Amino acid sequence: MSTFNILIAGFGGQGVLFAGKCLAYKGLTENKQVSWLPSYGPEMRGGTANCSVILSDTPVGSPIVSNPNVLIAMNLPSLDKYENATASGGKIFVESTLIDRKVERNDVEAFYIPATKMATEIGAPTLANMIMIGKVIKETGAVDFNTISEGLKKVIPARKADMLEINLKALEAGYNF
Amino acid sequence: MAEKVLMKGNEAIAEAAIKAGCRHYFGYPITPQTEIAAYMAKRMPKIGGTFLQAESEIAAINMVYGVSAAGKRVMTSSSSPGVALKSEGLSYLAGSDLPAFVVNVQRGGPGLGGIQPSQSDYFQATKAGGHGDFRMIVLAPASVQEMADLTIKGFELADEYRMTAMILADGTMGQMMEPVEIRDDAEIKTFDKPWAVTGTQKKREHNIVNSLYLKPEQLEKENFTRFERYKKIEENEVMYEEFMMDDAEICIVAFGIAARVSQNAVVEARKQGIKAGMIRPITLWPFPKKRLLEASKNVKAFISVELSMGQMVEDIELATKCTRPVMLCNRVGGMIPSPEEVLQKIKETQGGIN
Repeated sequence: MSTFNILIAGFGGQGVLFAGKCLAYKGLTENKQVSWLPSYGPEMRGGTANCSVILSDTPVGSPIVSNPNVLIAMNLPSLDKYENATASGGKIFVESTLIDRKVERNDVEAFYIPATKMATEIGAPTLANMIMIGKVIKETGAVDFNTISEGLKKVIPARKADMLEINLKALEAGYNF
Repeated sequence: MAEKVLMKGNEAIAEAAIKAGCRHYFGYPITPQTEIAAYMAKRMPKIGGTFLQAESEIAAINMVYGVSAAGKRVMTSSSSPGVALKSEGLSYLAGSDLPAFVVNVQRGGPGLGGIQPSQSDYFQATKAGGHGDFRMIVLAPASVQEMADLTIKGFELADEYRMTAMILADGTMGQMMEPVEIRDDAEIKTFDKPWAVTGTQKKREHNIVNSLYLKPEQLEKENFTRFERYKKIEENEVMYEEFMMDDAEICIVAFGIAARVSQNAVVEARKQGIKAGMIRPITLWPFPKKRLLEASKNVKAFISVELSMGQMVEDIELATKCTRPVMLCNRVGGMIPSPEEVLQKIKETQGGIN
């Protein structure tokens, strides 16, 4: 797969946009062609949020991902909305602490990750997003996990540098799940 | 070479403006361009510049007029309803032959409309920026890199021709992040401004910046002179990009996000054996008329893909002297056509011409 059309969707406050930035920055450090496009509706925390991330070996045309080959569903409304839009043969990552149903399609590969529960267990309840990303990298190889901290350093602002370690821990927990 | 970083289109405009030597920003917040103001609010105080959130869009454009009259690079930015408010100031800038750099990150309209991406200020930007006979140079970026590059180009063109250069972007271009490299300062052109009102030091005659000419003979002359300059711009400053046009039978014309979506559709059409191509205007005024006329000799039909109700269609028809059908593929109100919708229109058009 030379182009990853990734759609990350969930509630505002779940770090959906941040998770996307993490992937996009990592792609950039690997000299991939990348784009990141957020939804920017009037929603606030608790509303819906999603972002399109494209990682490719060739120049990115449209930055809008309407048929993802990687869907990360962080809540039920997101799975309901985007399951059918997912490309045949694609991969769907389901946050299974919050979503209690299975993927109905049988032409896609589904992964169930209790990310919110796992994040709480490692003492970082807000980092379910990073747990999901860890698993996505493991299953897709979209970016190189060994050097993931390079991407992370670019998205975590200097004033929050102390958050780097716990983010890495969450990524690893997801990767090894 | 500077390092490539990920930036939002809005931030790229702000950073590029600073690189271009702009030290004065006046604006008023409105989605989806507020990141420009936020970036300027952070950066300007650190580099000895001015960031000022004006009491209104009208105030902001008039502050631009003042700083420009003093010979400094200056900008304002807004989104559709906010730019409409600036139209009086845009006309005064034109009437006074003042350079200005203005950004419109469009949202759906008319009225207060919505906050999602749109291209429906095409007429306003290319034909009716305000009252009176005047033009603005209109630049339409289709990537974050172009948001930066065309900002620098915009400041240069504004100074060179003493007029407003406007970036006509849309919410997607403003909000998306892509890798971007901001050009080095050294490459940026600057221009002498002997007309600026900077104080005579009793060494020269007074400069006067003004748009009021009560003698019709004189006002007519001002207009004629200005339009001579516009003619030069039409000859020298047209910019466009072509995609798979060599043997194209169907030519898409699209700019900004519509061009990005159309590119996917052209690639898919080619896979299915349809000879599609695209001409992407980078300057909407001056419009790439000559290239389109030339293309009309080889292609069988044009498709205008746009986020408006066919506003660009008539420019394509005029440019090609109505020698070929011009189809419309559009979504409005904040909706964006999918590559599949564009492909469908290409197929329909293909069916019609065979």
